[in-house]
Amino acid sequence: MRPFEYIRAQNPNDATQSAADGAIIIAGGTNLLDLMKLEVMAPDALIDINHLELNQIEETENGGLRIGALVTNSELANDIRVRRNWPVLSRALLAGASGQLRNKATTGGNLLQRTRCLYFYDRAMACNKREPGSGCAAREGFNRILAVLGTSEHCIATHPSDMAVAMRALGAEVETLKEGGTTRRLDLDELYLLPGDRPDRETVLEPGELITAVVLPAPVEGRQTYRKVRDRASYAFALVSVAGILKIEDGRITRADLAFGGLAPKPWRDTQVEAILVGNRPTEELFEQAADQLLAEAQGLGDNDFKLPLARRTLVSVLTELTQEARI
Amino acid sequence: MTEHFKMDAPATDRRLDDMAQGLVGAPLDRPEGPLKVSGTATYANEWQVDGMVHGVMVRAPTNSGRIVLSNRDEVANLPGVLSVIQDERLLRNPAQGTANQAPVQGAQHAAYVGQLIAVVVAESFEQARHAAQSLQVVLENGELMPVDPVTAAVEAQEDQALDQGDLEGAITGAAHSVDVTYTTPSHSSSPMEPHASIASWDGDDLTLRGSYQMLKYNRNELADALGVHPDRVRIISPYVGGGFGSKLGLAPEAVAAAIAAKELGRPVSVALQRQQVYEATMRRSETSQRVRLAADAEGRLNGLGHDARVSNLPGETFAEPVLQASHFLYAGENRQMSMELARLHRLCAGSVRAPGEAVGVTVLENAMDELAHEAGIDPVELRLRNIPEKDPESGKEFSSRRFRDALESGARAFGWSKRPGVMERREGEWLIGYGMASAARINVLMDSQARVALQPDGRARVETDMTDIGTGTYAILGQIAGEMLGLPRDRIDVVLGDTDLPPAAGSGGSWGATSSGTSVYVACQAIRRQLAERLEVEEQDLLLKDGRVTYANQTKALGDVLQGDEIVKLGYVQPGDTSEAVRQATFGAYFAEVAVHAASGETRVRRMHGSFAAGRILNAKTARSQCIGGMTFGIGMALTEELAFDPRDGHVANHNLAEYHIPVNADVPQLTVELLEERDDWASPLQAKGIGELGICGAAAAITNGIFNATGVRVRDYPATLDKVITGM
Ligand SMILES: Cc1cc2nc3c(=O)[nH]c(=O)nc-3n(C[C@H](O)[C@H](O)[C@H](O)COP(=O)(O)OP(=O)(O)OC[C@H]3O[C@@H](n4cnc5c(N)ncnc54)[C@H](O)[C@@H]3O)c2cc1C
Repeated sequence: MRPFEYIRAQNPNDATQSAADGAIIIAGGTNLLDLMKLEVMAPDALIDINHLELNQIEETENGGLRIGALVTNSELANDIRVRRNWPVLSRALLAGASGQLRNKATTGGNLLQRTRCLYFYDRAMACNKREPGSGCAAREGFNRILAVLGTSEHCIATHPSDMAVAMRALGAEVETLKEGGTTRRLDLDELYLLPGDRPDRETVLEPGELITAVVLPAPVEGRQTYRKVRDRASYAFALVSVAGILKIEDGRITRADLAFGGLAPKPWRDTQVEAILVGNRPTEELFEQAADQLLAEAQGLGDNDFKLPLARRTLVSVLTELTQEARI
Repeated sequence: MTEHFKMDAPATDRRLDDMAQGLVGAPLDRPEGPLKVSGTATYANEWQVDGMVHGVMVRAPTNSGRIVLSNRDEVANLPGVLSVIQDERLLRNPAQGTANQAPVQGAQHAAYVGQLIAVVVAESFEQARHAAQSLQVVLENGELMPVDPVTAAVEAQEDQALDQGDLEGAITGAAHSVDVTYTTPSHSSSPMEPHASIASWDGDDLTLRGSYQMLKYNRNELADALGVHPDRVRIISPYVGGGFGSKLGLAPEAVAAAIAAKELGRPVSVALQRQQVYEATMRRSETSQRVRLAADAEGRLNGLGHDARVSNLPGETFAEPVLQASHFLYAGENRQMSMELARLHRLCAGSVRAPGEAVGVTVLENAMDELAHEAGIDPVELRLRNIPEKDPESGKEFSSRRFRDALESGARAFGWSKRPGVMERREGEWLIGYGMASAARINVLMDSQARVALQPDGRARVETDMTDIGTGTYAILGQIAGEMLGLPRDRIDVVLGDTDLPPAAGSGGSWGATSSGTSVYVACQAIRRQLAERLEVEEQDLLLKDGRVTYANQTKALGDVLQGDEIVKLGYVQPGDTSEAVRQATFGAYFAEVAVHAASGETRVRRMHGSFAAGRILNAKTARSQCIGGMTFGIGMALTEELAFDPRDGHVANHNLAEYHIPVNADVPQLTVELLEERDDWASPLQAKGIGELGICGAAAAITNGIFNATGVRVRDYPATLDKVITGM
């Protein structure tokens, strides 16, 4: 870890100002500090936002929820409104990390946590994300946990968050504050960038831009679940995960909001998969068609080839679970 | 005042059974437990030594070539930096267990990625770490060396080859046979406490506060590495936060700390970073094992073959001894075994959690399950039919062996009779299966010494350089002394982990408790004799209990017998003829119920039981804990644990506790353990055998055999991660 300057933000504009000047925002620090110890990230200054009033969960006018960027993963998972109306989010949060980490990890930090690619973490290895233009040692290395969708020749990292997958399925938006005081709203599709030839650029956020909240739209009808498939029962990142919200009316699927983790550089959502399902009766054949669509462009690199059949099986299983009553 | 005892004949007197204090065998708590949970047991890296500075080691980024520190001067000038040391005496890799001399040394050439080739010392830990990370390590004339065990050059281990009878013929004529090859990956010990040392010199005398399992060897290894006389070296290691084999031999940080402390004239603390623990301590070798079994129509074996390939660095002689229990566990007159050692440039292979049997018995037990299925015989019954009368190779008798009882009693306790047929039971999306496996581990007694002082105030003090690596040494040595001297446990002080004390066997190979326990027993026997002499009676006629001596119809307080004197005896045990006269081993059986998710292939162990026989149980609680720990590692071996190597340069890719998957609580269901009472007169005068490692020796097979029962899928490449399970479904 390199010596760094520590600044405590007194108000949000303070934070954006410092961040625009090059300071890195620290929230829970559960990801950032690890990366600093390894000098994968080596900021000259940290701007601590923990004293800002961004830790409220409030209802919005249209029945949604505004979640402050500093709300911890534990608080959010246990919020009675979330558990009742957006259970997919609660489940996704509880499937992540460990109790201790969730107590510290924040909503904003969770969204912006960096990939767990083992080659990104190892400074002796080439990594275009860490050092643009240096190459990608992961492609031909041990790539079991890495992405099969949305990758580029420059990067095959996955986004590791469980929470963000549920938020993507829920159509959540982030609210941000830029240097100078302007704010904007982005949905998660807009927020995250695919690696292309600049895997070091992970989001559209500008220097200094602070996430202040995440807004959930009003609850929707239907059944919700989060299924996380992993190498051990807890404290492991998703190999594949599926967040699903499904509604059936008169024997037909009328809503299918699906997002996927473990497969891609960002929480993955494919509206064409949903289009295949909506309007149709739930059958195994239909589910297989949806999986075909999801995986049409998917590509493994050896160790991670299994993610294709695993994603298929998991999707079919989740859809089966969510449509169980309709199928009886 | 030294009392020698050589284990040349069976100890049929069973003196412990005559004692009255009632401590031995009791499920007593570990006396140091409260210190550990309250953070007041001082571990190696926690000592605050006056004037101490900090060293951080530097890793080689590739696996061959001459090492050049290209920006050394620049790094030496960073804030706080005191020295950048690249010394010929740095260790290439840790010493093997009981090596007693330095391993290969040298910091000029890299042999594997992660080799620790320099140490940077600074005033603060943070400064040292930053400087170490800033050092540019360039390797000249390096081309990547082989890292793949499948294609690397191999050396046959002739001394391990066995050719008895005609195995090929037996297979040809067999009613049922299997010929299967299984692979197991490299494992890391992954102790919670990283390897850490603080070195301080007083003139030419070195004191090292370290985290080690076998101090008398470690002292010689350290002295040899530094080129000093062992009398100049003292190692202190009262608490060890787990070792699992990785702290048997001297590790690189100790030598680095000692060299740096000498150079700077200040105490130096060096702790390995978590990544370095994975990259530069010891791995268990990956193995490829072919097992051939030939049986008659009733499942009686008449042929058994076990051929293994393991690997290590050039120059290292350790070859994971996977065949160890295959020699005696099952009958069969035609036997063939062989061992190959592949030479490659991954980190050093050495002892990790029950070297040999942990993976060797596991694969043998998978093959037995395959045979049971093939022959249509219940897996427990198949094993019962193949318990050999005598050692099937040497013809020697076994010492105590409640193997049959473990199988039968374990099956009863578990409810094995309710085993479903293959792919027969399903609960929702979960496929349910039962699996079982036998457990076996060789038993060893080693040289060990302990001093026991019976003090005038009726307390006793036990002193030895034996270690407690979290296993319960403090507890059991106090229990043995208290039992023999008739003192309550709280009147015994046990002092461990200091080479100034009498040299012990050390913690490893499951021999620690019996070996050092026997030395305490021997010393106590001598004290009893001296008490008897004072009272002019025979030792056998003394009854010692609660600090009182009863003899010839009278009772006296110990203090009155001692009359202000202290009786001090040194007990010294050595192995003898009994280790050769009979086959000594410990045995058991595991039973597991697993659930495999029909869609994802994830496996969850629902419950697991083990029945074990290991001679006299010295402390029912610590023995049980050892077995539970072993079974937990069995779950890891079966389902999650694997050191992942980069295929190009062989570096460890998953070098932290987040990515090297030890089972977590959610992976471990209720584990039940049954300890079968036994007395093994051949093993030690305690009639106890080693139990530390027994719980892992075959455990993983119970789980993977359960996966087969649930799904019909045989995963022959450990661990049985979900990708391999779904491939077969
Ligand atoms: C061992 C381990 C296991 C884990 N397992 C899982 C898992 O299974 N599933 C899972 O989803 N996660 C897992 N995590 C990751 C964990 O969820 C994240 O580390 C955590 O959510 C990050 O939140 P934080 O507040 O600590 O972020 P920090 O570490 O403080 O910050 C992370 C990044 O976000 C930026 N940032 C933070 N807040 C803001 C803001 N308001 N505006 C702009 N930028 C901001 C920081 O600059 C930094 O770059 C695991 C972590 C560890 C260490």
